[in-house]
Amino acid sequence: MAAVQQTVDTVKTLDVDAYKYGFSTQIESDKAPRGLNEDIVRFISARKNEPDWLTQWRLDAFRRWLTMEEPRWARVDYPKIDYQDLYYYSAPKGTAGPRTLADVDPELLRVYAKLGIPLSEQEALAGVQERRVAVDAVFDSVSVVTTFKEELAKAGVIFCPISEAVQTHPELVKKYLGSVVPATDNYFATLNAAVFSDGSFVYIPPGVRCPMELSTYFRINEQNTGQFERTLIIADAGSYVSYLEGCTAPKRDENQLHAAVVELIAHDDAEIKYSTVQNWYPGDSEGKGGIYNFVTKRGDCRGIRSKISWTQVETGSAITWKYPSCILRGDFSRGEFYSIAISNGYQQVDSGTKMLHLGNDTSSRVISKGISAGHSQNTYRGQVFAHRKALRARNFTNCDSLLIGNQCGAHTVPYIEAKNSTAQFEHEATTSKISDDQLFYCMQRGLEAEEATALIVNGFVRDVLQQLPMEFAVEAQKLIAISLEGSVG
Amino acid sequence: MLEIENLHVSIAGKKILNGLTLTVEDGQVAAIMGPNGSGKSTLSYVVAGRADYEVEQGSIRLDGIDLLRKSAAERAALGLFLVFQYPLEIPGVATMTFLKAAINAQRRARGESDLPIPDFMKQVRAAAQKLDISQDMLKRPVNVGFSGGEKKRMEILQMALLEPRFAILDEMDSGLDIDALKTCAEGVNALRGKDRGLLVITHYQRLLDFISPDIVHVMSRGKIVKSGGPELALALEASGYAEYAEGAAA
Repeated sequence: MAAVQQTVDTVKTLDVDAYKYGFSTQIESDKAPRGLNEDIVRFISARKNEPDWLTQWRLDAFRRWLTMEEPRWARVDYPKIDYQDLYYYSAPKGTAGPRTLADVDPELLRVYAKLGIPLSEQEALAGVQERRVAVDAVFDSVSVVTTFKEELAKAGVIFCPISEAVQTHPELVKKYLGSVVPATDNYFATLNAAVFSDGSFVYIPPGVRCPMELSTYFRINEQNTGQFERTLIIADAGSYVSYLEGCTAPKRDENQLHAAVVELIAHDDAEIKYSTVQNWYPGDSEGKGGIYNFVTKRGDCRGIRSKISWTQVETGSAITWKYPSCILRGDFSRGEFYSIAISNGYQQVDSGTKMLHLGNDTSSRVISKGISAGHSQNTYRGQVFAHRKALRARNFTNCDSLLIGNQCGAHTVPYIEAKNSTAQFEHEATTSKISDDQLFYCMQRGLEAEEATALIVNGFVRDVLQQLPMEFAVEAQKLIAISLEGSVG
Repeated sequence: MLEIENLHVSIAGKKILNGLTLTVEDGQVAAIMGPNGSGKSTLSYVVAGRADYEVEQGSIRLDGIDLLRKSAAERAALGLFLVFQYPLEIPGVATMTFLKAAINAQRRARGESDLPIPDFMKQVRAAAQKLDISQDMLKRPVNVGFSGGEKKRMEILQMALLEPRFAILDEMDSGLDIDALKTCAEGVNALRGKDRGLLVITHYQRLLDFISPDIVHVMSRGKIVKSGGPELALALEASGYAEYAEGAAA
């Protein structure tokens, strides 16, 4: 039928076949033995040649973790995870230590090329590529390459794998690591503290506007391997940085665990913009496989007039448990959270934010767009809190849910708590369905049902898409169309 | 040429069209008039391919092609256009984006390449000017916050850009004041041509003062009960629909 052909063509123009990142790559890896105990923690720490304080920090976290219970308050349902059945460390062979592009296994470069991630500096420097983005590529447990390091160093910006920062800038790592998300924070963050493998480290010195976008691409390749990256970004007084994060994983039948921690610190007058396009493998149409995404992301607006802005496009993962938050500690600081969460098939999303107003005259803005299709469940869970001493806190929250079909669910769970009377909190929420009338209207103009749905959804999420850097917005738009494939009956 | 033959249609078990037969030649402007509930809007929806209607019997052909086997989008690509009585709002989607998506979807369905952006811009600008549609309106989300008149002008703009083989105007005059009606009617008249058929559905004769039909059909209880020249519309205006109304002697 022509309708089917049209869909096929649409997909072709998007250059994907459903989950296009579902390939896996044969790359020899160096793995820690299966399971988790103190020896494994020591093994990871030793592989990274870490100082004693860090090994000890990990061990303390591990011991703490053993006493903790996995949280069950989120609206997600999954079988018990056997933490002893996982590998906690996997590194592509021959990639130990900091390196340049020339030393990277060509097979790995091909993987990233296939993912559409530019790792080649030469082309960008020669002006062949339009965008100049410094990339840190993390493959399973290690960072394989970071581009534009020298260029950035000229501006005084440090952008490197966190394992490298531990060696080259131990004072910064020691000062800030765990200062926003303590090792004892929650079950998954504590597990991460014990076994975190790699991730990015960014430091922007005072008064510096980072000369290019920084980005990290995470890729889980190995089977039965958890990914526990840890990212630490520090924007010193008066600085600015925009950081992008992308994630993909191969299609696999079993579920894979991803428990990351991201810590952001913004000093006086500094601004951090953190954007994520999360496209972990969501599982197949029957709900088999997919990534369990349990992530703790938190930003600390430590300085006066500091600003942290989270933008996320969540399309992947079988389960998403993620609440990027802002601690508005500095007076006049500002936190923002813009989110698009799309669930289809049997995906379960429980995501939102926390805006904790501690300083005076702080403000925050939350715009969340949840789209549920198929048999998925999509929950917005958001907390807005004003401390007893935080005068004149302001928040505006808007969360809209869009339902496609009649098998899915959208839920909104706001927690609003003002401990003093000067706070002004506004909360708006709507739930709507794509109407048959709207669909028919678009189809009468020539759009097939799926294309029409994608168009309507793109309109629905426009406020948030506009927050993304250009290139990401285009990518996100395509991703939305792909994620919703098969959602129209 | 649009040919509808012995069309029987029901929705949720209720019979709406009852053996309707109608032919509109190329270049012809046909008007369908009828009392409320006679099935006029259903006819436009069924021809355009809206789901939820059950076609029990009969056929609809455009240029000899069986439309009933085609999706709404495929019918659009074949050149069928419907001016909605109540155009839908699509929040967040800029009108320009929508127009481009529609034009290119139809072009692709016909195996043509996308319209180059400069050509697209030029065409939209020219068509918009004729209909007194501002650039600002084109940037706003589709029909969101538009007045009744703006919505209808936007429908005519889409018709002008999509250049259909056949267009159905479903109660185009509803919600329009006389000035807006004139603008829209002028837009439609500009699109009359020997290769294009138009079916104007209306309850009132007043629309036909502005878009003069070649032929007038009266519809009642799901079928055409009388056909004639423009004078038929005037006669109806004078006598009302009483003789065609539900329960009247057939």
